[in-house]
Amino acid sequence: MSSLAIPEPDAQILDRRDEIVRELRRIVPQRDCVVADEDGRRAFETDALTAYRQMPLAAVLPTTTEQISEVLKYCHRNKIKVVARGAGTSLCGGAMPLQDSIVVGVSKMNRVLDVSYENRTARLQTGITNLGISTHVTPDGFFYAPDPSSQLACTLAGNLAMNSGGAHCLKYGVTTNNVLGVKMVLMDGTIIEIGGEELDSPGYDLLGLIVGSEGQFGIITEATVRILRAAEGARPMLMGFDSVASAGDCVAGIIGSGIIPVAIEFMDKPAVRVCEEFAKAGYPLDVEALLIVEVEGSEEEIENLLARVTRIAKKFKPSVIRISQSPEESAAIWLGRKSAFGAIGRISDYYCMDGVIPLGRLAEVLVEISKICDRYGLQVSNIFHAGDGNLHPLILYNANDPVQVEKAEECGAEVLKLCVEVGGCLTGEHGVGIEKRDLMPFQYTQTDLIQQMRIKDVFDPDWLLNPAKVFPLEARTYQ
Amino acid sequence: MSDVICPGDEDELSAALAQAASEKRPLEIIGGGSKRDVGRPVQTAGRLSTEKLTGVTLYEPNELVIGAMAGTPLREIEKALAKNKQHLAFEPIDLGPLLGERPGQGSIGAVFATNLSGSRRIQVGGARDHLLGVRAVNGLGELFKSGGRVMKNVTGVDLCRGLSGSWGTLAVMSEVTMKVLPCPEATRTLLLRGLTDEVAVGAMCAAMGSPFELSATAHLHASCAAAMGMEGLARKGQTVTALRLENFASFLDYRAGRLGEKLSAFGKIAELDDEQSKDFWNAMRVLKFFDGGEGAVWRISVGPNKGAKLVAALSAHLDCRAVYDWSGGLIWVEVAPSRDAGATEVRRSIAEFGGHATLIRADAPVRAGLEVFQALDPAVATLTKRIKDSFDPAGILNPGRMYSDI
Ligand SMILES: Cc1cc2nc3c(=O)[nH]c(=O)nc-3n(C[C@H](O)[C@H](O)[C@H](O)COP(=O)(O)OP(=O)(O)OC[C@H]3O[C@@H](n4cnc5c(N)ncnc54)[C@H](O)[C@@H]3O)c2cc1C
Repeated sequence: MSSLAIPEPDAQILDRRDEIVRELRRIVPQRDCVVADEDGRRAFETDALTAYRQMPLAAVLPTTTEQISEVLKYCHRNKIKVVARGAGTSLCGGAMPLQDSIVVGVSKMNRVLDVSYENRTARLQTGITNLGISTHVTPDGFFYAPDPSSQLACTLAGNLAMNSGGAHCLKYGVTTNNVLGVKMVLMDGTIIEIGGEELDSPGYDLLGLIVGSEGQFGIITEATVRILRAAEGARPMLMGFDSVASAGDCVAGIIGSGIIPVAIEFMDKPAVRVCEEFAKAGYPLDVEALLIVEVEGSEEEIENLLARVTRIAKKFKPSVIRISQSPEESAAIWLGRKSAFGAIGRISDYYCMDGVIPLGRLAEVLVEISKICDRYGLQVSNIFHAGDGNLHPLILYNANDPVQVEKAEECGAEVLKLCVEVGGCLTGEHGVGIEKRDLMPFQYTQTDLIQQMRIKDVFDPDWLLNPAKVFPLEARTYQ
Repeated sequence: MSDVICPGDEDELSAALAQAASEKRPLEIIGGGSKRDVGRPVQTAGRLSTEKLTGVTLYEPNELVIGAMAGTPLREIEKALAKNKQHLAFEPIDLGPLLGERPGQGSIGAVFATNLSGSRRIQVGGARDHLLGVRAVNGLGELFKSGGRVMKNVTGVDLCRGLSGSWGTLAVMSEVTMKVLPCPEATRTLLLRGLTDEVAVGAMCAAMGSPFELSATAHLHASCAAAMGMEGLARKGQTVTALRLENFASFLDYRAGRLGEKLSAFGKIAELDDEQSKDFWNAMRVLKFFDGGEGAVWRISVGPNKGAKLVAALSAHLDCRAVYDWSGGLIWVEVAPSRDAGATEVRRSIAEFGGHATLIRADAPVRAGLEVFQALDPAVATLTKRIKDSFDPAGILNPGRMYSDI
């Protein structure tokens, strides 16, 4: 993947690298907090969209909000571009730097600042990992709901910037529904605080604009999130189908029936095979599509809900229905799903799509996606959050073959355009980043984009934060 | 009264706003008009109403989504949903009766423009959390959209959230698409009587922190409980604390029982059955607890565990009565009428306990003379002003409704 234009770096800024590094070291003097050597910087040149790489001038890992404010003030005065970074697991190139930018990482700011079980809130530094939040409150029976599959590594910072979702978001909502406040540093160094422990904030919904802003508006250093009391128990069941279409129809059947399970995840045959090999979850191998449905409640409620789901599913003639019999089996079922991308990554390079479609079109769209990929001679594997129509077709290709690379990119674009055509959107949780930047005009008119860019102008008038992402490069000429 | 512009479609809406912008002629923007008396009084010669932008444009019960033109009355949407045993789970509150209007006059666009969310806020989110897509015209007359009809969407800047709660000062919504949910099969409400505010908030927080998925908790001062007009609800001089459970009927015996055990230390527990529960929570939706009152009404949002202290501090200086919703995080306070509607004391207690307050009911001259919405921190106020300018540079949309300069 290489077809996306990256702006020419500013030679004058490149020439000032030594001076910039010196200044960063002055602002953040602690050991190991400014990375300037080539090997060290290499760790920051890409994210999980590895086809795109750019070596930054330096990476700085501040330990306080005030340091970040000083760094941004300096960069603002000197017109140096800044790319914020959490763990670098973005799948859309959101955290990829530019050669004439510095990286500001929040990984050293990972403390839990305060937990209130009365108010069911936690205040955190944003470098904490997603799983780290839940781990901290699990002993008391609580959890943080949005659970991206990358939760072991990805940070709250990245989750806020991308408005990340996860398997359990069907019931509990995505990041934006679970955040109450943030502390953020604007590009000119101003520190702002929005919201807090209250359930809404005064004035405009700035929090809503900031969550999902992909590092374009400021660097978020702290956040107050909602934590929830865990259900008494939870249990997944597996349902196998002889066709992708019946699995798709079954999902719509369940949702339409009035039951909202905690999660409904979909895997097709190739995905099932690879994940089973990896996780030994006992997935049936002879089905064309597999659903993982999870419900929660007391023991009796779980049985009741699983019986209801089974009753609906039977209308769609599943070839296998299996309810997890033990906590170990449940853990294995989820391990298989949550490590799916990694497991597929072990057998092939893949390009992960993230389009969303209206649920009613699921079966038809999955068939159409296979056709598109067939046309390009590429294999596809589907693993996704089916309950909310968020597809993740993984297009398999060989990253060392330039022809395949180009084909994969074109094929992916066609899949996403299909999602938009049927009434959906380009991205449900991974973000636009650099990857989908040039596809934005398929979903939005120029007027739509201009209104969005005006908000970008409000927060970052010089467009120094995470440049060349989200908006097509030529779109900015609207000014 | 001035002329009212009533566009019949998006083109007419765009044209009307483009013309107003070119003439720098400010407009008051109204939907059903049920909340006109909230906020700072807008003094414009012209008015624009969305009353002719009506009709359900999309409804897919199996996909849990409905779309409608912004002027569609909320009650029409709710009627359509009820046919399929579905509802807007955030049960939007209706300020109409509190402001002396008939209930049910509000438009769906205004529900999102004011982000007035009901008692299920903690369990399912607020209005803003249910808005999937919006089409709107900004103060330049430009039609734009954001979001769409699908459940997840992170494509670009989230203008759906951006417009939520902006009280018509950024753009006039023409169409909204929202998430709907199945109605719960059954409802039960546990009641505790006679708790002090502090203890009641403790009970509500303990209930919300249990695994039984409470869909609402509220605490009403004795006179407010009496004003609900429900037989058997209020006992003389006693507060009422209500805890709502919703789910399949067969689950509720277990949940009500377990919750009752957990809360037994708080006193004897009474119960409202399905029908009584619905009556009670519907009355909460129209703020019936202040029926007959004449005082100024404030809406205060605060960290739940600080709510009781905040009200105690207020009561030390003001004659007031209160109802707590959202486990104590949302407080409706009625204070005796006065020249500043109690603003000095309210603002003082907010400064001490955090949160923010909005004056919901007071005479126009009172509202014109003070900050109706909570004053913003200077850096946030600067951003707010610039966001206003980015949508409405000519300042024609509801000028001064939220803050004097936006
Ligand atoms: C195997 C795998 C599985 C995944 N599964 C899911 C999934 O289920 N659901 C999902 O939603 N995503 C998923 N992702 C994508 C990714 O993990 C998420 O987008 C995640 O939120 C990124 O977090 P991060 O800490 O790695 O952020 P990074 O990749 O470092 O950064 C992501 C974006 O956030 C910005 N940013 C970082 N820090 C800040 C800050 N402090 N302030 C402002 N902006 C900042 C960056 O500039 C960038 O634009 C997956 C990725 C992988 C590799």
